[in-house]
Amino acid sequence: MQKKIKEEKEITEKAIEKQAEKEQKEKQKLIVVPGETIVSGMDYLAGEGCIREGKDIVAIKYGLATIENNLVKVIPLGGTYMPRVDNVVIGQVVDITFNGWIVDIFSPYQSFLPLAETTARPRQDISEYFDIGDILVMKVKAVQPRSVTLTAKEKGLGKVTSGLITRVSPVRVARIIGKKGSMIATIKEVTKTKIVVGQNGLIWIKGENAESELLAKEAIELVAENPLLDGLTEKVKEYLEKKVKK
Amino acid sequence: MAYTKRFDGRAFDETRPIKAELGVVENADGSALFAFGDTVAIAAVYGPRQLFPQHLQNPQKALLRFYYDMLSFSVKERKKPGPSRRSLEISDVATQALEPALMLEKFQNCVIDVYAQVLQANASTRTACINAASLALAQAGLPMKDLVVSVSVGKIGESLVVDLTKEEEDYQEGGKKAATDIAIAMLGKTKHISLLQLDGAIKPDELFKAIEMAKKAAESIYQAQIKTLKEISKKWV
Amino acid sequence: MGVIETSKIMRNTIIGLLRNGKRLDERKLDEFREIEIIPDISKNAEGSCKVKIGKTVVMAGVKIDIGEPFPDSPDEGILVVNAELLPLSYAGFEPGPPGIDAIELARAVDRGIRESGFIDLKKLCIEEGKKVYSIFIDIYSINHDGNLVDASFLASVIALKRSFLPKIEKAYDDYRVVYGEKTKNPLPLQKPPFLCSIYKVADNFFLDANLVEEKVSDARLSVAFTDNTIHAMQKNGSDVLSTDELKVAVELAKKGIQQIKKKAEKFL
Repeated sequence: MQKKIKEEKEITEKAIEKQAEKEQKEKQKLIVVPGETIVSGMDYLAGEGCIREGKDIVAIKYGLATIENNLVKVIPLGGTYMPRVDNVVIGQVVDITFNGWIVDIFSPYQSFLPLAETTARPRQDISEYFDIGDILVMKVKAVQPRSVTLTAKEKGLGKVTSGLITRVSPVRVARIIGKKGSMIATIKEVTKTKIVVGQNGLIWIKGENAESELLAKEAIELVAENPLLDGLTEKVKEYLEKKVKK
Repeated sequence: MAYTKRFDGRAFDETRPIKAELGVVENADGSALFAFGDTVAIAAVYGPRQLFPQHLQNPQKALLRFYYDMLSFSVKERKKPGPSRRSLEISDVATQALEPALMLEKFQNCVIDVYAQVLQANASTRTACINAASLALAQAGLPMKDLVVSVSVGKIGESLVVDLTKEEEDYQEGGKKAATDIAIAMLGKTKHISLLQLDGAIKPDELFKAIEMAKKAAESIYQAQIKTLKEISKKWV
Repeated sequence: MGVIETSKIMRNTIIGLLRNGKRLDERKLDEFREIEIIPDISKNAEGSCKVKIGKTVVMAGVKIDIGEPFPDSPDEGILVVNAELLPLSYAGFEPGPPGIDAIELARAVDRGIRESGFIDLKKLCIEEGKKVYSIFIDIYSINHDGNLVDASFLASVIALKRSFLPKIEKAYDDYRVVYGEKTKNPLPLQKPPFLCSIYKVADNFFLDANLVEEKVSDARLSVAFTDNTIHAMQKNGSDVLSTDELKVAVELAKKGIQQIKKKAEKFL
């Protein structure tokens, strides 16, 4: 009886693997390179990562092409973080001015957190509130042509004082969060950690102990390194549960 | 006159075997290795990122900086460390070779740094570097109108050839230089020329024949670049 | 420079882990990351080697020329070690001539190789007082994920081991190298030295720091050995070491060298 169950499990595992491989190959077909025509026809609309050239929709980024309701998009496989309003980001204070902090959020533009966007009362020495080197969880409040304004007013934003920080490519963030947050919720649940995923690729993890933090970090890296794999949420859950049992 | 068979036995319109690989420098935003036979180059891209000092910033578009250099031991006679005048010149023309493909207006005030190093040299080093850079820029997720493809062509004796080796570059007949060396870069799809340098002695009609040969070779290099980009790393399987 | 590398919370987390004998990856305090050695990576060099330690990648190449000996050692060949921390290997490296870090790295490697007598410089004399072989070792960082110095030393030693003297010709009264033609004669080498660095964070000592660990470390001690003889030592960093700590560090270095030796054996 045991043997039969084991065999069935192996068959199911093999089927899942095969399905994953097949879907990978499908996805590989949709990889486009800059300059490549994705689709032709005036019905289509060029979204992010592509432009219209005559009757063709042409990719301008290296990534995965998707077509939904005639909207053509290219999801890049790599790239620097470009700030968008309301994004949660994690950054480090690199300088202090008389009315705020200059924060590095790994974006090409200078980012500024004004004193007014925090719950600090105006003080003589604002470095007492946030100092150079401090890690902050913030939201993007405004994006101007060459600068970004941040805010740390809301609940859940502000300085982190312990735990660990890891970094992934910004293009992996969506995968790490998962559909409706399913992936990150799974990781948080099994490792019993608090995790804040910055859209800029920086991730803060806080657990009861270093082991749980490291395990969560490992799971995140697993997702970041295997983004195209289907059924990844399940696989990650299995992997973590095995390790936690140890 | 007498160059009827290439030193390495290749056909006149044949490039050396091409090797291309993505992600050779993990820290970089994008990186690649590109080789024509035993001329091997790597390129790494960092950017777009903030540009200091401020006075270098351009409010219209990003600054593209290309740094070309050769490892001291990449050549037969050791190259002294540090950029030579030749390196600076190549850095400059390579920047101009890549600019038309990039959409720099999307990143005003920023900088995109491309660092290219020749690991092993057997002529055609700038073309290998540009091909590597093109892949690295794509991998870095930069918006590009097209890929950039580069190859050398030349006239050795009376024969027009593609992808010169050092031996061909140095070819002499009767004690005099008998090689014309042309470096070309083009946009992959349109084959419009973004880099053109020539040294030697060649008639205009021969030059245009050589350019046609370059375009054909560029097409196979372009396909090789596309293939490399489309082959996702085995790690993802 | 980068957020992670220089943040206080990472330093605290790392110290917490180290105190429990743990690190950010699953290594022990006296454990190296995977060491990969790829020799002969550049044909035009007289000898070359690429070394990977974890994600750190370094290339070293040997070029041999003919030069004049130094006046105080007229019968000895010349050794020059140069290192470049390439901007391509890490966003925190800027273009330009080698800064103090690159110079220190080159000098640490030079010291270890020279003092161990690995290269028998006396056998590199062509004409006493006039012509000797000049050995140039050029080291380049290709990807920086910590501990460049250990990787650089290993790459240099193997590159030297794989080197062959170039062909030389005598023209009138002068000797010159026939660039590109090698003889079958290897460099006159003795027993190879090995170098291992120990990193200190607060009161914890460990081997083979990755980038984050290196950035939070307060001091580093690099030790070069041949068997049980120490040939060179270099301490970097602003923290101090007690004599007892020094003893701990040297013992740890020996352990590290065992691991390096194991991987390097087949190339030496």
